[in-house]
Amino acid sequence: MTQFSFQQHFDDKIDRDETIEPKDWMPDDYRKTLIRQISQHAHSEIVGMLPEGNWISRAPTLRRKAVLLAKVQDEAGHGLYLYSAAETLGISRDEMYDQLHSGKAKYSSIFNYPTLTWADMGAVGWLVDGAAIMNQVPLCRTSYGPYARAMVRVCKEESFHQRQGFEIMLNLSKGSEIQRKMAQDAFNRWWWPSLMMFGPPDAESPNTENSVRWRIKRLTNDELRQKFVDVTVEQAKILGLTIPDKDLKWNEERGHFDFGAIDWAEFKNVVKGNGPCNKQRLETRKKAWEEGQWVRDAATAHASKRKSRKENEAKAA
Amino acid sequence: MSDNKTTNKSEWPLWEVFIRSKAGLDHKHAGSLHAADFEMAIENARDVYTRRMEGVSIWVVESNNIHASDPGQSESMYDPASDKIYRHPTFYNLPDEVKYM
Ligand SMILES: [Fe+2]
Ligand SMILES: [Fe+2]
Ligand SMILES: [Fe+2]
Repeated sequence: MTQFSFQQHFDDKIDRDETIEPKDWMPDDYRKTLIRQISQHAHSEIVGMLPEGNWISRAPTLRRKAVLLAKVQDEAGHGLYLYSAAETLGISRDEMYDQLHSGKAKYSSIFNYPTLTWADMGAVGWLVDGAAIMNQVPLCRTSYGPYARAMVRVCKEESFHQRQGFEIMLNLSKGSEIQRKMAQDAFNRWWWPSLMMFGPPDAESPNTENSVRWRIKRLTNDELRQKFVDVTVEQAKILGLTIPDKDLKWNEERGHFDFGAIDWAEFKNVVKGNGPCNKQRLETRKKAWEEGQWVRDAATAHASKRKSRKENEAKAA
Repeated sequence: MSDNKTTNKSEWPLWEVFIRSKAGLDHKHAGSLHAADFEMAIENARDVYTRRMEGVSIWVVESNNIHASDPGQSESMYDPASDKIYRHPTFYNLPDEVKYM
């Protein structure tokens, strides 16, 4: 086939809503865009363990500890599914780690906020995982097969994350005055950063024709954000919590909630590396990697020793 | 590390993981992971792919031992089967009176 017919073949597959698999021909742009998006997503899952990891040893009950541990373990799994999907596009795991540890790669800026109280475990599960689900569900049908399959697995597991978070909030909101205040305080701090998770407004970040066509992105940032606001406002009512936005009100005509202006200057600042925890998160991540080096080395040495012993035995026999 | 490189000189090999979801069913490809040897690959596969009782049996194969057909050749590869509909039972028209067939 000529370059032209390769492209034609790829386009036809996309038009027929078929998946692209690792060995299929694909345009460079497609490959690059996917590597960037999938690896950033993987980094977010991995760094996303840190704010919650903080609370595993301080969970109020054994049940809560077991649940939080299971959730954080899931996030590690999500990172691994996604790294593997990215590897099928020809980038190595080490290259991706390099990009994360050197600060070259981005991860979701939400994880650069601190988790100050136990109620933050509730707010994070409810809002952050909730927003992630909304972003991720459309990706279960994305055009790149390994990515779509990883996302199906991820989305299946995410729903417990959001539910356990909401349950924490529910218990706190039905608890003592202090507990209720704690829930409201966590809500106040996580509400706006959660809205920022959907990315800059459409006017500044128009979906490129390709990302829609390739099913890498299906709804715009503003569409997803609106959807999130609409469902979350109703959920907050059940908790009896107040949305920290005086401009929030139902718009009959649009059939959606109107909400106040998002502080995009803050968002950009956190993305640039100046959020409250950017430095700490990256350092924790690098420390974990460096301190695990001896384990990786030992396992490699053990494996090669065993292999040569086996070979010697085979020769002797 | 001083040069700010995290590269592991010897990245663990990649393994493909196949899982039997319950007794009597085939093993199905679940995904891949890195591990130093097959035992670690099976243990990691348990943690990564069967946290919710998704499996009763795990196979791991080092990825570089898997050989795949060429997607560019699929036409010549699978075409010969497409005009042999007589390999399917519905190809044969039998009277309605014929039972249990
Ligand atoms: Fe996740
Ligand atoms: Fe996620
Ligand atoms: Fe999650």
